[in-house]
Parts: sequence; structure tokens; C-alpha cells
Amino acid sequence: MTALDESSVNQSPDNGPVRLEVKDLRIQLASTRAEVVGDVSFTVHAAELFGLVGESGSGKTTVALALLGHARRGLDFATGEILLDGENLLDLKPGELRELRGAKVAYVPQDPSAALDPTLRIGFQLREALRVHPGVVDDPEARVTEVLREAKLDFTLEMLKRYPHQLSGGQQQRVTLAMAFACRPSLIVLDEPTTGLDVSTQRHVLETVRSMCRSYGVAAVYVSHDLAVVGGLVSQVAVMYAGRVVEIGPTEQVFQSPVHPYTRGLLAAVPSPERAEVLTGIEGQPPRPGHKPKGCAFARRCSYAVENCFVETPVPVGVGDRLVRCMRAREIEHESHGHRAPAPVTLGGTDEAMLKLRGLDASYGRQRVLFDVDLDVYPESCTAVVGESGSGKTTLARCIVGLHPNWTGDMTFEGKPLENGARHRQKGVLKQIQYIFQNPYTSLNPRKTINQILSEALEHFFRISADERRARITRVLEDVSLSSDFLGRYPAQLSGGERQRVAIARAIVVEPDLLVCDEVTSALDVSVQAATVEVLRQLQHERKLAMLFITHNLALVRSIAQTAVVLCEGHIVEIGSVEQVLERPTDPYTVRLIEDVPKLAEVGSAPEA
Amino acid sequence: MSYSELRDRADQGAPNEVPSQAPSLWHNEHPIAALVGVRAAIGVVTLFVVSVVIFLATEVLPGNAAYSVLGHSATPQSLRALEVQLHLNRGLFDQYWLWLSGLLTGKLGNSLANGQAVWGQVAPRLVNSAVLVVGAGVIGTMLGVLFGAIAALRKDGWFDHISSVVSLAVTSLPEFVVAIVLIILLATVVFHLLPAVSPVAPGTYAWSQPRLLVLPVATLVIVIIPYIQRMMRAAMIEALESDYVEMARLKGVPEWQIVLAHAFPNSIAPTIQVIGLTFLYLAGGIVIVEDVFNFPGIGQGLVNAVSDRDIPVIQFIVVVLAAFYVFMNIITDVIALLVSPRRRIAR
Amino acid sequence: MAVVAPSPAVVATPRIHPQWVQLLGAAIRTRRGAIGFSVAGSVVLLAVIGPFVAPYSPDQTVTFPFAAPSSQYLLGSDQLGRDVLSRVLAGGWELLLMALAATAFGVLIGAAAGISAAYLRGRVDGLIMRTVDVLLAFPQLVFALLLVSIIGPKIWLIIVAVGFTHAPAVARVIRSAALETTERDYVKSVELQGVRPAKVMSSEILPNLVSPLMVESGLRFTYSIVLMAGLSFLGFGLPPPAPNWGYMIQENRIGLSLNVWAVAVPAILIALLTIGINTFTDAVARVAIGVESRPEEALIDESEIAA
Repeated sequence: MTALDESSVNQSPDNGPVRLEVKDLRIQLASTRAEVVGDVSFTVHAAELFGLVGESGSGKTTVALALLGHARRGLDFATGEILLDGENLLDLKPGELRELRGAKVAYVPQDPSAALDPTLRIGFQLREALRVHPGVVDDPEARVTEVLREAKLDFTLEMLKRYPHQLSGGQQQRVTLAMAFACRPSLIVLDEPTTGLDVSTQRHVLETVRSMCRSYGVAAVYVSHDLAVVGGLVSQVAVMYAGRVVEIGPTEQVFQSPVHPYTRGLLAAVPSPERAEVLTGIEGQPPRPGHKPKGCAFARRCSYAVENCFVETPVPVGVGDRLVRCMRAREIEHESHGHRAPAPVTLGGTDEAMLKLRGLDASYGRQRVLFDVDLDVYPESCTAVVGESGSGKTTLARCIVGLHPNWTGDMTFEGKPLENGARHRQKGVLKQIQYIFQNPYTSLNPRKTINQILSEALEHFFRISADERRARITRVLEDVSLSSDFLGRYPAQLSGGERQRVAIARAIVVEPDLLVCDEVTSALDVSVQAATVEVLRQLQHERKLAMLFITHNLALVRSIAQTAVVLCEGHIVEIGSVEQVLERPTDPYTVRLIEDVPKLAEVGSAPEA
Repeated sequence: MSYSELRDRADQGAPNEVPSQAPSLWHNEHPIAALVGVRAAIGVVTLFVVSVVIFLATEVLPGNAAYSVLGHSATPQSLRALEVQLHLNRGLFDQYWLWLSGLLTGKLGNSLANGQAVWGQVAPRLVNSAVLVVGAGVIGTMLGVLFGAIAALRKDGWFDHISSVVSLAVTSLPEFVVAIVLIILLATVVFHLLPAVSPVAPGTYAWSQPRLLVLPVATLVIVIIPYIQRMMRAAMIEALESDYVEMARLKGVPEWQIVLAHAFPNSIAPTIQVIGLTFLYLAGGIVIVEDVFNFPGIGQGLVNAVSDRDIPVIQFIVVVLAAFYVFMNIITDVIALLVSPRRRIAR
Repeated sequence: MAVVAPSPAVVATPRIHPQWVQLLGAAIRTRRGAIGFSVAGSVVLLAVIGPFVAPYSPDQTVTFPFAAPSSQYLLGSDQLGRDVLSRVLAGGWELLLMALAATAFGVLIGAAAGISAAYLRGRVDGLIMRTVDVLLAFPQLVFALLLVSIIGPKIWLIIVAVGFTHAPAVARVIRSAALETTERDYVKSVELQGVRPAKVMSSEILPNLVSPLMVESGLRFTYSIVLMAGLSFLGFGLPPPAPNWGYMIQENRIGLSLNVWAVAVPAILIALLTIGINTFTDAVARVAIGVESRPEEALIDESEIAA
């Protein structure tokens, strides 16, 4: 295991004075007064790390910004209090609020490349944080150097003259961390600050956050959708859904024995790198902000729901050290849950490899991206290609499929050599190898209905009657668990997860033999990711497909693949069965990678008692 | 740097990535020089093509050029003589070569309409038009940027709404309509403040009589403000709604500092393109304005030359205009590059 | 696994009209669109019906020059003593028709060039864009002027000349709009199936360009009108005595202080037409952003808050 388990998590919150107290916070849409965030209450002590967890649309970023007294355009503070060291932020005048921001409460943004002004040098932006709060720090120049050192940026003053785009992602994020800590605030709000960073960079940034909080005695609120990261970092956690806190309590209790059905569903969706299990997603979608239904917002998707859940709005119920917003909390507390079935093993492979790569070299212009890659993909089995950004994994997928023709080497499919570009390949081969893109928001033509998208794919490859086409389309929609109501819709009317399923359907409907999935779940929420991965696994199983699954998420690999290939800067450093690579890795890079991945300790295992 | 070395450095908490691995190429280190070089090369080619086109076009004029100059008084001998003088008896290539070399060395020949040197005729007109273009361009740019910024800062306020409506209306109008309206308002019918025409004596310079400049410049200014204003407004709104401005607010930076230090520099860059286009437009827009106000610039010169079939003058003016276009394009690209550090400094 | 039905919060899609019809319909329903449409529409109506309702023949001298408006001659008379009202009524349709033809011509060529340049890339792109650069090195008016002066004021020539001034600019705009589309994954996914370039361009890319095309066409139409009126104003349009709003402004300028209407009315009509079209085009542009992101909620103005 790693160092990211209980021993390094902060002590219980009893030490230290209260820094932040949020009471019954409600934020609404300015136009319709509909609730966007409601009935939110929590407390954070000095030197304590508090986690705020949720998926898209949960309201967590709205709450995070509210802690600085900031509401985005179109939103209003309705009721409630936000007490920072006893002072209610919502009562302050704009000038007073401005003085607090940066000085007593600071914000670390999600995307540092967007949060840093591209036309100003980073030295300027760093000093700005100090300059607008004169007197808060005795010697601003010395402070700049000091805080940069603490953020583990050994920058010379010369380097402060750089522009943001000249820094790497990790460096940019450290600059924003330094900006946040510069004035020694009482509270720091971190909004998913490690999204988009490599796993190792992420680990370093998290350690920096932890150490700086401890040494300054700063309270921190850490907002994230990544439960594994949060689980290893914070002492208390609040889970948000549809603008409300559905469960709040000490991290070990919430994550190891969750009570609220949503929390349970969420944790059951987080893949574990230690066990190959069937991931269960949560079907359906959260209500859109401002469009909440009557009763419990989660009832529609809840397997424990009874009639009353659709009528009455639940209030928080005490369960142990926690508060759970569910009417049936006490009843279901002891019901077993989250036991995940082990994933069925697909026996593939002693047959001849369907796809063979030997000595593949690929380049972007003059820069080499892949070096001497040898790879085999067997029928009826799934091979995962794992790597960080810049490893070349996406290039590999694109070379195989024909989107990136700039490669040399040997590539054979079913014994026959493959041409470099899709333009030069035979139609039959194009049909057999299908590709699913990462971003579901751009892979479907917005001007076509789902029916058109699927029909055109069929029409291109098969000469069949319209009736037969319709039949196949209906069948394939069933296979990806979408109702046929979707046929008449445009992609803009579908959620991200639904769009990705349509993309999968489009690939499957032409009956391919090899499916190349390029980071197909990276743009999706955790629960949606789980459902999508399950769809893929079932399809692979039923149709006996060969699959190449590209991802940066090591944990996911366990749940879907049989073979794992680890790529580092264009070289294959490790290849073998999934158990072997994840449990007994031989290459130092792989070892390091596995160590750096944050893990949820014992997710969702059923209490055996 | 190998991955293991990177890993070790990461262990020590050092920055764990080197941002740029691209080989250091000359054009990465001197992007401005490289850009100017490329653009200048394209510009030269463009001018060359333009010169060929204009040459062919004018040579294709129906009717013998010499005949149209001499008119009915032409006798076969005088026709011949003039043809020789105009090199019309040579082949097409020869004529082109003669013209091009003359152009480049400054021997522009004589106007067919009045026999005087082309340069002497056109030069003062050039200066006059330059006064119009530069004057209107600078004033219009400053006002456009100012109005755009105000509209963005007071978005959806009364200034924003009014300027948006007026902007839309003005930008739809042909320049001569604007000119006529100004004349009606300020010169003839409503008030009589300014002269309705600007007959600066040909051969003199425009700034000697500033009152004559007011209406033509005002017309041009009014015509160009809307486009610049709209672009500035859109760019500034985008800057004000960006993540980095939100971040600055969350740092506690006062609003006026945000506008000056963050919003303004980021909104200038896209506006530069529009300003460049505006100057380009002005080069053509002065044709009508000069005609309305009887202003002796090259626009009027061109119109007269076309009416008179005065070929050397036509050719010269068109080449000058094309050169101006190419020059402005290069300047615009260079300034745009200077203003956005992301493109200027190589990664 | 349970089958997913579409969220009930999503309104069922009504009958699907072609996108450009949707855009026009939605635009007219906005305030800007309604105003623009009615203003421009009235002028068009006037121009079309005008010749049939003119009280006098537009070429006929009926009184002394620059007579003030009277009950007999509602707008007075012009430089040659012709009835201004009649000339105004008759002087629009030719301009409109020619402008329409020039616009269609220019937009068609420009769009085809732009889409091809964006999609086919490489040498085709280079060739087309270099040509565009050269063509754009001429001020539009000068270019048209030259052509007309060389060949003479023929209708077809004016249409072609003005059309050609539009093509390069349209090509540039459409190319940059199409470039965004050609990079999209959904185009690549179709290419991966082996669909041929021509079909990709017409089936995948073109439908995504409807709104920039409409906006650009509206804009170009006004430029055509302005350019042609300008040409007439300078004396390079259709020869007199054909009534033409642009030319009327020029020829009656000397009598500005005697009868301002001879100049003002055609000027106002041109202005109303261009303003109306621009306002309507602006409405279309604004609606397009809404329609493209949520086809079923085109008219619902809702602030999407990212939580």
C-alpha cells in the first residue's frame, strides 16, 4: 500500500479553533429564484482538511466560490451564513469583501493555465497577490521567494519573468498555490487543483498542500470528484448531490461504510486497482440545476426508494458521527451493500493474435513519439494500454486505426499488412477496426439525429433494406441500454454518458472485430464511467470482440482488461497479464506509477459479519 | 533527459518537467523577423501579380490608346509617332518590362491626359489622401476603442444599448450617404458651419486649410468607428468573463486594476486585426469620400484617370494602393505578434 | 442492466424543419428580427411594386428642375425636371435584383472555395488562399471600377465584378468556420469509415455552416447594394436615364439646397434597406448560437450554470 492511508491523514478535528462555519447556505438562480444549492452546513477547524465531493452539477464549485463571497453571474445568495473567523461574509460590503479575498481566504483554481493571465509575467501576478493587500505581510519581496520555496518551486528571480505558457502544468499549479498562501490566509479553498496533472505531479502537489496547511495552521476545503484523492487527504468529507449535502462525516466512516444510497452508488463505481470487479454505475442523470423534482432529488435513481421518497423532502438524520440526508437512513444502515461481483474472466487468447505490431515507430513532424513498439492483440480479449500524458498512447491508437499515417514498421491485421492511412485501406478492413473517441461532446455531428448517425454508418458498409437497418439499429441501442426514444434526438439533447453510448453503438452496429477505445471515459463522471465500462465489457464478452483500451487510469484497467501494456515516453516498459503488471511489476516506472496512484482503502467490500 | 532522471528530480520536489523539448530553430528564436520575412516575400509576389494584372487590364482597353488620346485629330503619322512614344509597337512582354523597370527606377512617364509627369501629379494627391487616411484612422481607432471599452464595462447599460443600435445603423450606410447626411446637417441645409466641398487647390497640401478637412475626416471617422467598437466590446467582455479575471477578483484585486492590467491588454490583440482591416478599408473608402467633397487625393485622381483612360496614372495609382495593402498587412501581423506573448516567445 | 430512457426534463422534439427555416423563423420572432425584417421588407416591397404605381413616367420631364414638393409632384422634381417620386419608385428593383445576383454569385464561389480549402488542405488550401490574398490586395471599389471602365457598364459585368469582390472575403470567413468543423472528431470518424471527401464535405461539414453562411450572405447583400449604389454614384453604373437610387444621389447633388428630397429620399431608402437587412442578420446571428446548442430550446433563454 502507499503512504496515502490513515496514518498521514489529519488528526480528528477537535484540535484548533473553528475557522469556517457554514450555516444553512442557500444559493438560487437570480432569474427564477430556483434553488441551486440549499441547506448546506459544515464546520472546518484550523489545520484541518475538509473534503467536498460530488459529480458535475452537484453544486460543489458553487459552494467553493461562495466561501470567498463570490457568486457567478446569474446566481444570488439567498439565505444562510458563511462565518469566517466569526465574521459573516455575506453581510460584508464589496470593499470589505475585496480586502478579505486573497488575504484571509484564498482560492486555488482547477485550471491554472486558464487562471493565469497569459499576457502578464508570473512574477507580476505573484506580487500582485501581495500588492493588493498592503501591510498584511512585512516584506513582500522576501515573502515571494519564501512562499515559492515552500511550494517547491526553486525559481530564481530571473525565472519570474516568464509567461504562464512557458511553464508546465505542474509548475503553473504550484504558482497558484504560492499565490494562495502568500498572504497567510485563514482558509484556503482548493477547487480540483490536480485535474489534468500527471499522477506523480499530482502526488507531489497533494503533499505540498498537506504540508503547507499543517505548517500554517490553515483550514482547507478541498473540492473534488476524485474520491480516491479526497479519501487519502481529508479528515472530514461532505458528499453533495443536486445542490445538497447528502452525507457528511469523518472520512473513514463515510467511505468505508457509506449509508446514503448515492454515496454507496458512488463508491461502488470507483474502480480498484486491486481487484477485478464488475463496476456498478448509477443509472439516470442528476436533475439540472434549478430544475429539482418534488421530494428527494435522488429518489428517481435510488434502489432503496419508497413512495414517500417522491413526496417528502428528506432532512439530515444522525447516524453515528455522521449526518445522512435520507428518510430511510437508519433502516438501510445495516443492509449490506456495494459488494461487487468479481469480473468474469474472458478466456481468449491462445489463438493467433488478431493485430500484430512489430517495430512501430511514429512521429509528429520531426519529433519521434513512439519507439520500436511491439504489440499483440488477441481475439476475444481486452488489452489495456496505460500511460501518462505524452506517453504516446493516443498516437498508438491513431496509428492502428489509420488516423495518424506518419509511422513505419510492421502492422498486420488477421495476417494481412495494414496501410498507413485510413484513406489507403480497404473498406472491409475499415469496417473490422472501429474507433471510439475520447470526447463525447465532439464525436457526434450536432446537426444529425441519432438515427441518422447510426443509419449512415450502416448504409456505408451494408446493402440492406431500410427495415433491416431499423431492426439492427434498435437492437444495438438495446445492447448499449438506450431506449429507442433517443433515435429522434440530436446529440445536444443527450448527456455525456448517453452520447458516449451512442458512439459505442455507432462503432458496434457495423459489426467490427477489433474495437479501439481511446480514453473513452476520461471526460465522464465516475458513476457514468462505471456504467460505460460495464457496457463495453458486456459487449466485448457477448460479441467476442478484441479490444484495445487506452487509458491513464490504472485502476480502471483492472476491471476491464486481461493484458496490460505500460507506455512511457513512447517506449513499452512493461507488458503482461493485468494481475502480474499491477501486483508484481518489474519496471521501476511501473512501480512508481502504481505507488503514486491514490487508492481508496477497501472500497465497497461487504461486511462479512 | 531520460525518464529516470526526471523521476529523480521530481523526488526532490524540483519542477518535474522541462517545458520545451523542441529543437532550437532560428525561426523559433526570432519569430518576428521570420514572420516579416515570410510576409514580405508573399507581398512581393502579390505585388508582382498585381502589376501584371493591372498591366494586362489596361492594355486590354478596347480601342487603341494612342487613338483615344489624340482623338479625331489623329493622322496616321501622328498616331505612329505617339505609338512609338508609348512603346505600343513593341511586344506585350517588352512593354511590361519597360513599364516595370520604369516603375522601380522612378521613371513613371507622363500622364496621357495632360502630358505632365505622373509623379509630379500624383505625389501631392498621395500626401493629401495620406492625411485623410492617417487622420481618420487614428481618431477613429481611439474613439472606437474607447466606446467599445465603455460599452463592455457598462454592459447592458444605456450606453451599451444606444451605441449598439447606432453602430448597427451607421455601419449599414454607404459612405456617400453618411457624407451627404453630414453635408446636409452641417454645411447646407441645417447649419452652415463648414464648407460643403473641400476644393483644396490641386498641387497644394491639405493641411494648409484645416477647415476643409473636417467633413471628409469626420465622414470617414463615423464610418469606421462601429466595427472597431464592436470588436473591442466583444474582446473586452470575453476578457472580463475569463477565468483569469475571475481569479484576479478572487485575489482581491480592485476592479480598476483588473480593467487596466488584465482586461485591456488581453482585448487589444483581437482588436489589432480589426484596426488593420480598417486602414485597409480606408484606402478604398476614400475614393467616394474624395469624390463627394471634391478633395484632391488619389481617389479622385484614380476616378479621373479612369474616366480619361489615362493609363500610366491608373497603373501607378493601383500599384501604390496594392503596395499600401501589403504593407499594412505586414504591420498588422507584426503588431499582433508583439501584443500576444504566447506567440512571440517560443516555447 | 436497465434500459435508459431519455430524461423527462427534456422536451420532446417537435417536427424537424430544415435548419435555415428554423433560424429564419426564430429570428423573426425576436424583436430585432421583426424590426429588421419589416423595415427591409417594406423597402423591398416599395421597390418591387413601385414601377407599377408611379404616377408619372420616370424619364419624362414634367416641370422645371428642382421644383419644391407640391401636391402634384409630392417630392418635387429633379435635375432634369422629372418627378422625383416616380423615379424613386422605379429606381429600386434593378438595384435589388442585381445586388441579389451578385451576392448569390459571390457567396457560392466563396463558400465552395472556403470549404474546399478548409477540408482538402495542403496544396489546394495554399493555392486558394494565395489567390484570395492577391484578390484582397485590391480595394473592392477600385477593382469594380476598373473592370467597369474597361469593358463598359453592362449588367452582367457589374454583377460579376461585384460578385468577385465578395468571393475572397466569403472564402476566408467560411474557411475559418469550416476549419473548426474539419478538425472535429465526428468528421474524422466518418473519414475513418472511408467515406469520400466530396461526400464528407457536403454531408458532414456543410450542415454545420448554415448559420455563418446565412449571416455572411446577409452582410454581403448589403455590401452589394452599397457597392452598386456607389458605382452608380460615381457614374460607373448603368447609364442614364435609367432611374437608379445611387445615381440619383449623385446627379441631384447640385440642387441640394433647392430640393433636398431628390437626394435625401433615395439616400434614406438605401439606408433603410441596409439597416433593415443588417438588423435582421444580427438577429439571425444571435439566434444561431441558441439554436445550435439546443435545437429544442431555441427560444428559451436560460442561463446554464455550471455547478
